[in-house]
Amino acid sequence: MNKINSIRKDWSLIETLIAEDRKILDIGCGDGGLMEQLENNRNAITHGIELNRDLAANAIARGFNVVHGNAELDLSQYSNNSFDYVILSQTLQAMMKPKDILSELLRIGSKAIVSFPNFGHWKIRLQLLISGKMPVTESLPYTWYDTPNIHFFTIKDFLNLCNEMNIVIEKSIGLTSKGKQFDISESVTGVNFFTHEAIFLLSYKNYEPIKIKSSKKVFAKNSVIAN
Amino acid sequence: MKTRFTTDTKLESEIAYFENINLKIESGDIIDSFKIAFKTYGKLNADKTNAILVCHALTGDQYVAGNNPITGREGWWSRMVGPNKPIDTNKFFVICSNVLGGCAGSTGPKELQNGSDVAYGGNFPSITIKDMVKAQSLLIESLNIDKLFSVIGGSMGAMQALQWAIDFPDKILNIIHIAGALKHSAQNIAFHEVGRQAIMSDPIWKNGKYFENNEVPERGLSVARMIAHITYLSENAMHRKFGRKLQSRDIISFGFDADFQVESYLRYQGKSFVERFDANSYLYLTRAMDYFDYDETFRKNIEFSHNPNNHLKYLIVSFSSDWLFPTIESKMIVNQLNSLSREVSFLEIDTDKGHDSFLLEEPQLDDVIKGFLTNNFAKIDE
Repeated sequence: MNKINSIRKDWSLIETLIAEDRKILDIGCGDGGLMEQLENNRNAITHGIELNRDLAANAIARGFNVVHGNAELDLSQYSNNSFDYVILSQTLQAMMKPKDILSELLRIGSKAIVSFPNFGHWKIRLQLLISGKMPVTESLPYTWYDTPNIHFFTIKDFLNLCNEMNIVIEKSIGLTSKGKQFDISESVTGVNFFTHEAIFLLSYKNYEPIKIKSSKKVFAKNSVIAN
Repeated sequence: MKTRFTTDTKLESEIAYFENINLKIESGDIIDSFKIAFKTYGKLNADKTNAILVCHALTGDQYVAGNNPITGREGWWSRMVGPNKPIDTNKFFVICSNVLGGCAGSTGPKELQNGSDVAYGGNFPSITIKDMVKAQSLLIESLNIDKLFSVIGGSMGAMQALQWAIDFPDKILNIIHIAGALKHSAQNIAFHEVGRQAIMSDPIWKNGKYFENNEVPERGLSVARMIAHITYLSENAMHRKFGRKLQSRDIISFGFDADFQVESYLRYQGKSFVERFDANSYLYLTRAMDYFDYDETFRKNIEFSHNPNNHLKYLIVSFSSDWLFPTIESKMIVNQLNSLSREVSFLEIDTDKGHDSFLLEEPQLDDVIKGFLTNNFAKIDE
């Protein structure tokens, strides 16, 4: 799959994860392509953030609510639970602090949708094993010195992080390099080996508010946001 | 309310008279009658959904496009407003009015006090951005327009657009806010104060009564304009335009003539400004900008959240080299609106032309304004 097709495929899978009439924040929204698709097909109310000035200007000129800014600095301005879904498509690996971003996604959104290329794919493993050089593939086409992708991780790594952060994986879709689609949670063996790209629908575990003994007040733990 | 309209042929402008209206302004003073000079461009459609109010900056006027009879030059935003321009008058009905306190036909210090043959001068009450917008809202009402599609402005015009969103959210659908801020900063107040001191220390100013002898505090006003003009540019733009180039000479004079082109340029700016602007008006309008402040957290939360403004769309634009209203000030507005989940778009345009960029050739500014208006207008048309 080439890059454009892969993004289109990504978008149409993201669309299947989203209910009608919801409020959505698309981080790294480009010129608003996914926003347009979700407005048309899901009657969504969309907002976007885009780092690239020209893409942001295009999106605004196309009539979308887009803020020219840096997600790593500018997410703090959004209030808790102000969106139904926050989407981070193929960008987590380019973030300075992926863990912080992940917790921000689930602070401002009830649910988060995250997609990324799997560094555990067999082609990548094979390249590193055989050539001894940093892998360059269709989904990760950059050489090590000019890649925007600064944090490489595999599906296993991601699952571990979600576990550590008490994040619930509601749905997970994997794509092979041929574009074949499967449910990651159901196919246990070899998933990390064959998944080329992965898309996750995430939310927080629904905890009961933690009650702290006090004569007057009931405190709820801040980091646990109930949907 | 009954409003009388006339056309001033000398000013080539419409004038709306609001008589015995007793406008209570923010200072507590009451202006019993006033007039607003305005121009319109394009045609109001049958449903009255295509009206746009353009708010001018500190030294602007109602001549946003076409000929300006006061300067004999093109309107101040004629590159933006007109047929097939980004603010397309084939599609939109554009209104631009001279602000209250201005000097291009609206009631201000230059005009005669009600029922007397003496000008207001220093007796004009201190007005604010809120008062200007209140007067504009009365004008819009008198034109029988219930809802403006958009309010657009740069600099002091941006302050007015924001004020519209705060005071009359139910009478507008969106604002385009360019090179503005939630507040006038200490540095901005400081520059204004230097300008005002220049005017007031001109012996001809005479506590604002210079008109009694048919005089104008030219030196003070031109110095005020010169310093203000520096703040509208950027160091890079100045260097690109002038460098250290000499004016009409090959060697420096070892005197205080305008040796350098930049000096000559500033002197020209000051001199030509005196011919078109009233010194007292300059004092009042700079003061109105100084008083603008929605920065305080409590106040902006109240103003923006306790308003029927959920439907409003905001386009906020800043310029990378604008140090008078820097990007950080625009981002404060964006942050505030985003924290309230409002529909806001924001773009910082990369340019070296400084604060004045909004008046100059900036293709990206044209694109976003045109696209924002066209697409949002198509949505209400559906």
